[in-house]
Amino acid sequence: MVLAHPPIARRARGSWLRRTRRGLVPLAAMGLLTGCNMVVLNPSGDIAVQQRNLLIASTALMLIVIVPVIALTFLYAWRYRASNAKAIYDPDWHHSTQLEVVIWTIPLLIIIALGAMTWISTHTLDPFRPLSRLAPNKPVPADVKPLTVQVVALDWKWLFLYPEHGVASLNEMAAPVDVPISFKITSSSVWNTFYVPALAGMVYAMPGMQTQLHAVMNKAGDFRGQSAHYSGSGFSRMNFGFRSLSPQDFDAWVAKTKASGTRLDRDAYLKIEKPSEAVPVQFFGTVENGLFDAILGLCVEPGQMCVAEMHHLDRSGGAGEASEANRERLEYDSRRGRSGDESPAATFPASGRPPQGSVQPEGMMPRDQELSRGGVNAPKSEPDQGQGNARPGAERGPAPAQLNNRPSDRHQH
Amino acid sequence: MFSNLDLRQLIFGRLTLEAIPYHEPILLGTFIAVAIGGAALLGAVTWYGKWGYLWREWFTSVDHKKIGIMYVVLAIVMLLRGFADAVMMITQKALSVGASEGYLPPHHYDQVFTAHGMIMIFFMAMPFVTGLMNYVMPLQIGARDVAFPFLNNFSFWMTAGGAALTMLSLFVGEFSRATWLAYAPLSGAAYSPGVGVDYYIWGLQIAGVGTTLSGINLIATIAKMRAPGMSLMKMPVFCWTTLASNALIVTIFPVLTATLALLSLDRYVGTHFFTNDFGGNTMLYMNLIWIWGHPEVYVLVLPAFGIYSEVTSTFCSKRLFGYTSMVYATMVIAVVSWLVWLHHFFTMGAGPTVNAFFGIASMIISIPTGAKVFNWLFTMYRGQIRFDVPFIWVMGFIPTFVIGGLTGVLLAVPPADFIVHNSLFLVAHFHNVIIGAVVFGVLAGLQYWFPKAFGYTLDPFWGKVSFWCWLIGFWVVFTPLYILGLMGVTRRTQHFDDPDVQPYLTVAAIGVFIIMAGILALLVQLVVSYFRREQLRDRTGDPWGGRTLEWSTSSPPPPYNFAYTPIIHDLDAWWDMKKRGHDRPLEGFRPIHMPKNTGTGVILAGLSTVLGFAMIWYIWWLAALSSAGLIATAVIHTFNYNRDFYIPAEDVTRLERERTAQLTRGVGADA
Repeated sequence: MVLAHPPIARRARGSWLRRTRRGLVPLAAMGLLTGCNMVVLNPSGDIAVQQRNLLIASTALMLIVIVPVIALTFLYAWRYRASNAKAIYDPDWHHSTQLEVVIWTIPLLIIIALGAMTWISTHTLDPFRPLSRLAPNKPVPADVKPLTVQVVALDWKWLFLYPEHGVASLNEMAAPVDVPISFKITSSSVWNTFYVPALAGMVYAMPGMQTQLHAVMNKAGDFRGQSAHYSGSGFSRMNFGFRSLSPQDFDAWVAKTKASGTRLDRDAYLKIEKPSEAVPVQFFGTVENGLFDAILGLCVEPGQMCVAEMHHLDRSGGAGEASEANRERLEYDSRRGRSGDESPAATFPASGRPPQGSVQPEGMMPRDQELSRGGVNAPKSEPDQGQGNARPGAERGPAPAQLNNRPSDRHQH
Repeated sequence: MFSNLDLRQLIFGRLTLEAIPYHEPILLGTFIAVAIGGAALLGAVTWYGKWGYLWREWFTSVDHKKIGIMYVVLAIVMLLRGFADAVMMITQKALSVGASEGYLPPHHYDQVFTAHGMIMIFFMAMPFVTGLMNYVMPLQIGARDVAFPFLNNFSFWMTAGGAALTMLSLFVGEFSRATWLAYAPLSGAAYSPGVGVDYYIWGLQIAGVGTTLSGINLIATIAKMRAPGMSLMKMPVFCWTTLASNALIVTIFPVLTATLALLSLDRYVGTHFFTNDFGGNTMLYMNLIWIWGHPEVYVLVLPAFGIYSEVTSTFCSKRLFGYTSMVYATMVIAVVSWLVWLHHFFTMGAGPTVNAFFGIASMIISIPTGAKVFNWLFTMYRGQIRFDVPFIWVMGFIPTFVIGGLTGVLLAVPPADFIVHNSLFLVAHFHNVIIGAVVFGVLAGLQYWFPKAFGYTLDPFWGKVSFWCWLIGFWVVFTPLYILGLMGVTRRTQHFDDPDVQPYLTVAAIGVFIIMAGILALLVQLVVSYFRREQLRDRTGDPWGGRTLEWSTSSPPPPYNFAYTPIIHDLDAWWDMKKRGHDRPLEGFRPIHMPKNTGTGVILAGLSTVLGFAMIWYIWWLAALSSAGLIATAVIHTFNYNRDFYIPAEDVTRLERERTAQLTRGVGADA
């Protein structure tokens, strides 16, 4: 926005060259910066705008020293070229206290300014900090309650729960314009980053942990959200729609979601939690109580012990010998093996799927498999003596396809 | 327990024919090319009967000069591999937009970007830098070898063993898909089953032994083997940066080794250091790996800064401006680089005070770095600048690097980092500093010291072609990536839905081919220079009007480097000697005590590589056997008392006479 000004018509003066140049510079800047939809430089949420301003301010501060350095490099290179007999040659000039003071002080001063800016902005723009304003000079009205959205990063899609409305949605979220949103973010298997470039900067989504993000969208419209932290084979398609709606439209969106009738309970969650990519948008009219806390506690599966309970046991001195019985209730990462599914993106030798290849691992869309049909590399349905099949019941010899992938491996004697 | 014992598994572990990816045309093609090329190379060596020569003169050599050259050869070979990965990545990205899927499925693409990052850092940049340090530093301090010559040979072969294991993953099994730092929990057994991460771990662990030992070796060399009179503050700047870089290596590589060891325990034994369950802590992994990872950047870039300092003062024919402040800047950068690792994950949700601390610490690094840049500038001031190929790399470096520094400072402001972290902006930034500073630096170093190592300068025409292709190619690739980052495009994506990104990616892909032309020009330069070596011959040993001690000896230097240990009176010792009209000693040579070659390093590294392979594929008997072999070889080696010999005085006299003859011929040719 700041950079999107069209060239302002000026009184004609000077040569045509100067005039043309004057017109061309902003034109070029405009073409470069807005012609290609630079959402990061042109965001729609107040937090992202402040972060963008910081980006531009620190660039400007740095340019104070960088432009002269580049200019001096070429100037000195030209002036002191060996063929220039007129230039002074002083092979023993190698020290100047005044110059040393200057070349250490200038960067120091810039860094002091930048450091002060960093200290202040890091505190004011801390993603965990509730918002104090909706836009410049527009504090949050006392009667506006923030909208809470619980976000779960799954393999490879996004689940959004609205505890205040009792609804949930997959791969699409909505929020009213100019209402602070309070995100509670976690993940089900590996790390991801929750990132809506138009709204605010990113925050990691980590399993068993909750991060927060406070932000507000100031414009209505459809925006794009994504994961920015690589999380496995389906990562590239781990996008979602962020719909910024007027309050009425948002209410309509909630009503539509409620009307879908599908219930998100533990069973439904465990089904959608399995790896899959490019999943279409889904809505859930009702959500089982305490589901998000169970996801956060890694204990959605019936019988699992929640992390908080484990911490409580540990704090009270542990369960002693009885804790052996808790072992299986705490197994989480190996749940795929236990349920009979492959690990996300497993290939040979952990599964029957060939390495490197065009045969897609479980949860991935089919791609061109022409090249890998037939021969020993065809996907196996029969257990192969533990040599390339993680399905349960496979005979396991002394060299399992994967150590420590299934709880049963360790418990057999 | 033995009822279900399977002989095939007992012998081959989890290795079966399925591990050979002959269904993959890309890999099959690569394999055929490697097989034909390899067979041709091996055949040629056999045909010309060079195996004995290679074994005696190179593989078992403990001469720091030959080991340095072997490191650089390894780096160039791995550069080709890592660059092939880069070409595949960018072409896949440019093709895979909208409905198109490109030609690499995610599964393959993920291995390619993991391998690209890991290989370029560990097996391209590291060996290149280590090779130059190995070759140049002992010559600059007037030493005859490094402090522990056998250890040096062993270190090289461990690095080569790690590289070989990584390359093997192309044709047997597959490579890791868990990014070049193997982020947990994705790299754990549950989310990355199979052999990929195991290849990564063992490749790095084996190479890491070499790197750590080489770090200790070079520090000991600088500490104990400087020529008389060379106080620390009379040491060339490149030696200072070598010291700083190796001090970082010995403090951080143990962290990497421990982190990967914990990850292997998770994968092999079922511990829970970095899992989600049982109180494992994935944030701990992130911290540990970056405690290694951030200083690693400075391990690479500090020696490059040293190269720029040497090249700048040589080609400006002028003493380096602000030597003392240069030395302090180097050490400040090294120390502060330990305290900034958290800026790689500001988005993890640490409190604002923690983030602000690490952000400001990261910015502080730019103060000494800025001072360095100014020092190079003022070295040019009132100099007499010759634009030979090594110096034009410096000219490419300064503007490129300061722009990389600019974007780096942006990323050090936590709230600004939140909007560009993990984006192509970040990718462009670190390539901007790693290519702009490290790669340009080692290539400058290659052009600068090549005549010292081989006795003839490199062809300047092809050198300039290579430089311009690299520089232009670099900006054509990474300008679009900066813009894409500002469009909110994240890194490591194999496919894009948004068609707007395609033009930028296409431009970037064109840029990669320009860089490819630069690499080809470099190879052409090596070949052309070899054939023109008589015209390019350096008879003086000092082709550039050098200032430091390595230019005082012949090109290439004799095995003992210096017939007489030089005595140092001033910084820029060779410049000082030339200025005072120094005379080369012509007689009175005495026998020179030298270390003897040994094959133990090759054997130990070979056994380690076999051990790594056995562990990756669960071939337990082979792992046990190779471990036993390792211990036995190490023990037997301690009983080898035949470790040194004397170069007889007659040989020294003969070599020095030849040099005298060459010098007078050189003077004649010039006149």
